[in-house]
This record gives sequence, C-alpha cells and structure tokens, in this order.
Amino acid sequence: MQTINFLKPNRDNIKNYSIIGSFLVLISLIDVISNAFLKTNLTFFLPGSLSSFFPLILGLIGLNMIRIDYSGNKTLDKINKNINTNNFNAVLTLLILFSIIKALPPSLSWMILDANISGDSKDACTGTGACWTYIKVWFRRFMYGMYPNEFHWRINTAFILVIALGFVGYFMKENLKKYLALYYVIIYPVIAYLVIYYLISGGSFGLQWVETGAWGGLSLTFIVSFFCLIFCFPLGMIFALGRRSNLPVIKYISICYIEFWRGVPLITVLFMSSVMFPMFLPEDFFMDKLVRVIIAITLFEAAYCAEVIRGGLQSLPRGQYDAAKSLGMGYWKMHIFVILPQALKLVIPGIANTFLALVKDTPLIFVVGLAELAGMLALAKTNPKWLGFAMEGYIFASIIFWIICYAMSKYSYNLEAKYKTER
Amino acid sequence: MNNIIKKFLPQILAILFVVLIFGFLTINAQTNMDNRGIDFGFGFLSQESSFDVQFSLIEYSGSDSYARAFLVGLLNTLLVSFISIIFCTILGVIIGVARLSSNYLIKNSAAWYVEFFRNIPLLLQIFFWYYAALRALPLPEKANAWFGVTYMTVKGYYIPAMVWENLNVFLYCGLAAIISIIVLRKYANNLRDTQGKQIPVLLYSIALLIILPLLSFLFGGVSLEFELPQLKKLSKISYIYEGGISLPPELIALVLALSLYTSTFVAECVRAGIEGVSKGQKEAAASVGLTPNQVLKLVIMPQALRIIIPPTTNQYLNLTKNSSLAAAIAYPDLVLVFAGTALMQTGKAIEIVSITMLTYLTISLTIAAIMNWYNKKIEIKEK
Repeated sequence: MQTINFLKPNRDNIKNYSIIGSFLVLISLIDVISNAFLKTNLTFFLPGSLSSFFPLILGLIGLNMIRIDYSGNKTLDKINKNINTNNFNAVLTLLILFSIIKALPPSLSWMILDANISGDSKDACTGTGACWTYIKVWFRRFMYGMYPNEFHWRINTAFILVIALGFVGYFMKENLKKYLALYYVIIYPVIAYLVIYYLISGGSFGLQWVETGAWGGLSLTFIVSFFCLIFCFPLGMIFALGRRSNLPVIKYISICYIEFWRGVPLITVLFMSSVMFPMFLPEDFFMDKLVRVIIAITLFEAAYCAEVIRGGLQSLPRGQYDAAKSLGMGYWKMHIFVILPQALKLVIPGIANTFLALVKDTPLIFVVGLAELAGMLALAKTNPKWLGFAMEGYIFASIIFWIICYAMSKYSYNLEAKYKTER
Repeated sequence: MNNIIKKFLPQILAILFVVLIFGFLTINAQTNMDNRGIDFGFGFLSQESSFDVQFSLIEYSGSDSYARAFLVGLLNTLLVSFISIIFCTILGVIIGVARLSSNYLIKNSAAWYVEFFRNIPLLLQIFFWYYAALRALPLPEKANAWFGVTYMTVKGYYIPAMVWENLNVFLYCGLAAIISIIVLRKYANNLRDTQGKQIPVLLYSIALLIILPLLSFLFGGVSLEFELPQLKKLSKISYIYEGGISLPPELIALVLALSLYTSTFVAECVRAGIEGVSKGQKEAAASVGLTPNQVLKLVIMPQALRIIIPPTTNQYLNLTKNSSLAAAIAYPDLVLVFAGTALMQTGKAIEIVSITMLTYLTISLTIAAIMNWYNKKIEIKEK
C-alpha cells in the first residue's frame, strides 16, 4: 500500500509532485525534440529498444505525478481535465505529441527548407525537397488548361461578371424582391450561359473562337460545377415534388428517375455521355463533349438534390399543408408560397453538402478526356521535360481542392447553425 | 369533371412525355446503328474476348468469353470494395469514438483527420497514392521484410499464400461452429427469459470457434502450409518475387484511398449515433444497477447501432460505387474491363454501358431493399 501511496499525489505534497512531474514531462519532450530536429540521441547509454521507449515511460510517470484532483491550481486542473484524465489518455496524449514533433522536421524540410521555387526549368531544382518551380512554370496550365495564354483575361472577366451577377439579388430594390426566385432560376442561368459562351468561347464581337477542347484546368472545374449546380437544383425540386405527388404515374416516374441515378456510379454515367449518348442523337446533330458532360452530371446530381429536398418537404408539419388548403390555395399556389419557402430553408445545409459532393466529383470528367485540374496534372506528369514531380503536383491540387471544399463545408455548417435557431 | 381532368391530365401528359423521349431516342439509335452497320444484341457475350486481364481472382485468359471477362471485372470490384469496407469500418469506428474523447488532443486530431480526408476529391487521393506515394517504395531487391515474411515493393505487396489440404473439411467445421453458436444463443436467450439463468455465451462461442476448426486439423486430415515469396532474378537488373500472393499496387492504392476517404464518413455516422443516445438512458441504466460494461453493451450500443447502421450501409454503398474510379489507375475492375476494354473491342456501346449500369443498379437496389427491411424490423420494436 505504501508504494501505491508514494505514486499517488494529493493536495498536501502538490508542490513537489507538480514540479518533479512537469520536469519529467519536459525532459521527455526535449529528448524527442532533440532526436527529431538535431538527430542526436540523448539516451544513447540505454540499450536499443529501451532508448526508443524511454521518453514515453518518462512522460507517463511525469503525467501520472501531476494528476491531482482539485489541486486548486487553475492551469494544472485544465491540463489534467483535457489531456490527462487517466493513464490511457496520458499515453495517447504523449504519442500524439511525439508523432507531431517527429513528423515536423521532415515535412518542413521537404516543403520549405530544402525546396526550390526559383528558375524556370527542371535544372533549377537542386535541393532534396520539393520542386515548386514545377508548379510555378505550369501554374497557368493548371488554372486555364490549353486555353491560349493571351486570352486568359477573357476567362477571368467572365468569372468576375458571373459572380457579380450572382450578387445582384442582394442589391435588388424591395419592390423587385418578389421576382428574386424567377431571377435565380431562369434569368441568371441564361445570362451566365451567354456570358460564358460569348466571352470564353468567343467567335463574335471580334473575339477569336476557342473550342472547348482547349478549355481546362481549375477554371473548367468551376465552369462544370457552376452549370451543374444551377441546373440540378430546379430539376431536383421538380422530382422531389413529383415523388411526393398523389398522382401514381408521376410518383412512380419520379421514383424510377431518382433511384436509377442514385444507383449507378458517376463514372458510368460519364461513359454513357461520351460513348452511348451520341448514338441516341439525330444523325446530323452534333453536341459538344463538354455540354454532354454537363448534362450528364446535372441529371445525376438532380437525383441527389431531389432526395435532399424531399427530406425538407417531409419534415414540414402537416398543419402547414392543411392551413394552406383551407385558405383555398391550389397545388401550385400552396407549394410556391407556403411549402417550398419553408422546406428550402430547412434543406440549405443538405443542398450545400450535395454541391460539395458535386465539386468533389468534377475531377471525374478526366476519364472522358476533358483535362481539368486532375487531367492537366496527368498531362504535365508525362511531359518528358518534367518527369518525376507527381508528388508536388498532387499536393498542390489537393491543397487547392481542400481549401475550396473546406470553405464550402464550413459555410454550410454556419448556415445550418443560423437556420437551426430560427425554428 | 373538373376533378377528373385535374387528376388524369397531368398523368397522361407525363406518360406521353416519357414515351416521346424514349421513342425519339430509340428511333435515333435505330437509324444511327443502321447507318453504321451495327446490330443490337447480346450475342457478343459468348464470343472469345482475346484480351488479357492483369489481375484476376478466377482463372481467365484471352480465349475465354466476354461473359467471363465481365465476371472477372465484377469479382475485382467486389474484392476491392470488400477489403476497403473492412478497413474503413475499423478506422471509422476508431476515429468516431476518438472524436468523442475527453482528451483535447485526441478529439482535435480526429476532427482534423476527418476534415482533411473528407475535403479532398477521391480521385486526387487515388492518384496521390498510386502515382506519388507508392512510386516511392523500394525495388523488389531492396525491399525489407515486413513482419518477416511480407514484402512491400514498388511492384506490389507480396504476402505468403496458404496451401490447404482438405480445405472443405475445415470449412464445414467452421460452418458447424457458426450454426452451433446460433443454436446456443437461442437456447441461452430462452433460458434467460424462462428461468432467469445466465450462461457465458461469449466464452462458449469463442471456445467453439477455436475448438471445432482445431479438431479438423487433428482428425480431419486438414493441413495448412505457407508458401513464402522468394526473390528471383529475371535479368541483370530486374528482380521479382515468386510464390505467395502478390497484390498489385493499383489494388493497394485503391484500398488506401477508398478506406481513408470513406472512414471519415463512417466516423461521422458513428459519432452521430453515439451522441444520439440520450444521456438519460445512460443514467437510468446506471441507476438500475448495471455495471459500466453492461450499460455500454445492453443499453448504449443497441440504441446507437440503430442510428449508426442505416447511414453506414449507405456509405458502404457509396464506397462500392466509388470503387469504379479504379478505371482511372487501370485496376481491372468492372468499369475498366467491361466498359473500357470490352467496349473498345466490340463497339457495342449501348449494350455494354447498360449492362454495367444495371449491374451497379442491382447491387445498390439489393442493399437498399435489405436496408429497408432492416429499418422496418427495428422500427417495430420502438414504442
């Protein structure tokens, strides 16, 4: 019993224990840090396997010693409560700290310290780390694909215009606000299409024609996800209403549509759009590959959208329907003025998640030969002048996509929190 | 009269619309195929395929039929999905529980793990593992042994193969063990309900699972040997491992990417499930006098599982569908073998793409039907 008490601190001997304990933890951390950063082994005198476990044992004893309930010291209590509740937690804490410390130097040196960014050819990369020169040289290709360099301003202008038009709704006059839905569902997509067609494709107003085969890079990702996004939402709404309909034919058509698209992988849908769909078009009718892909992804995502919207429709209390009907509203009036405004508000987070999935799915268009970011990376990877930089390319693309998707998911969390409190 | 029009007009219009679209497409397809001299039919399935597949679970060569090639692709898809489902479940449960930990560091590491792997497109992750990470592995002659007998090389992962004798006897014994466990459980439940007696079912089950197959080794003439991979020199600079099983790097990259990506979604399901059980349940169970272990086993887990299983199955389904991305790194799955190579050779676009889609659709709808049945079953128990 004596020995156990010896290892069990209490409020009386807190001072000694906390000092000795923190000292032990500190030593164990210093050992790992010096091992990771300076490549020295402070515990060389210990036999092999014990030497690697030494900091863990030391740290565990230290954390065990400072684990005092209600010590009265605020910092100590906070540490104990958060990372040191029992021995198991203490071990995990130490392991996480150690692995962070161990992983830091190699990743730092690869990404920054030993990396190169100057110069404009492969020879400039002399360090052992990453070769960011590769990204720098290929940056325009990754962003704009094979689009001619001197016309990149056209893509930029088109994007700025489309985004600006998207914000028009915020600045609309009060008496025009009732047309907001009309604007976003019909007018805005048409204007956006015209802007992108005339600016990026060109062909008139003195702008040179650039065929869609030359489009690519991240801008193509944006174009595809933008069009799929604005088209799949209204389509999804129609099928969601259809699935809730009392009319059996419409209900079963909607169910078939939704279950079909949800049951197949997007890659087969893209295959269908590229090899099978042209067979179903009239003989002398040509449809651009990009347009076919956008139609395919739109039809596919509309099914997911429909399910999300249906969830919102179902969660509305029956009373809303009954109240609207008792006011003498018909089907369309009831849905447009009572049901949909409430239901759509409820499903905003779900819709945001669907859009997030859509953005993450767009790299798939690579399989039908459209070179967006992943496709450009595959192209750059096989360029004989720039062999061997796959790692840099994929890390760069991952960072870009991660930032976009993380921002979107955070935004959807915010929306969720915002609309949760209102009900 | 007005009512009847309101009821039937939209339905008739909808049917007309669908019929018109399908008719239009069929007529177009007919004229297109007539012009190009292609005829519609599934006769090609029995023809000789005359292409090779890199990795196959069943015996397959170029002289086999397209139907067999389809089967090879389907089995490869199911294999990669199955392995990834196991790994993503293990990882997902660990991460999901870790997100609820009281330890600040663990909680946040798990949260960052989820945020990190969830927000990078799956295709990029597959490319990263295949083209960047796995290419950095050592060549066969320079590889170090993992666990003494397996070799992770740039050409694939080499593991020992099991050579069985009288495998069927062993399998029958395993089956017998499982059946006897089910009977035992039924009996134990019955005993508990009628007489209030408890018997250690878990202990007996484990004992049965070990002893019965062991008996087959002793008396059934079953024997097991391991065939270890051996390094073999092909030419001056090229080495390869022979013997054992070799898992191609495509499979490893796919399993890594799929299980890491899907584990984040499984983790979220697990977390939501455990959080979904109200605190009162735990307190009530504890106040009845159950031990913490019993609280977890008898009160928390049954309720949490009810919330966890449906969305998790959905994630498994997504994983199976996502495994079709294998085509991008040339792992011979259903899409690559059938909708890729076979389509190129036969030119039967409509037939092959529809078969591929219908296959995935069948898998999805089957699992969805099982899920609906399960949901109905657990719903009845609720009061």
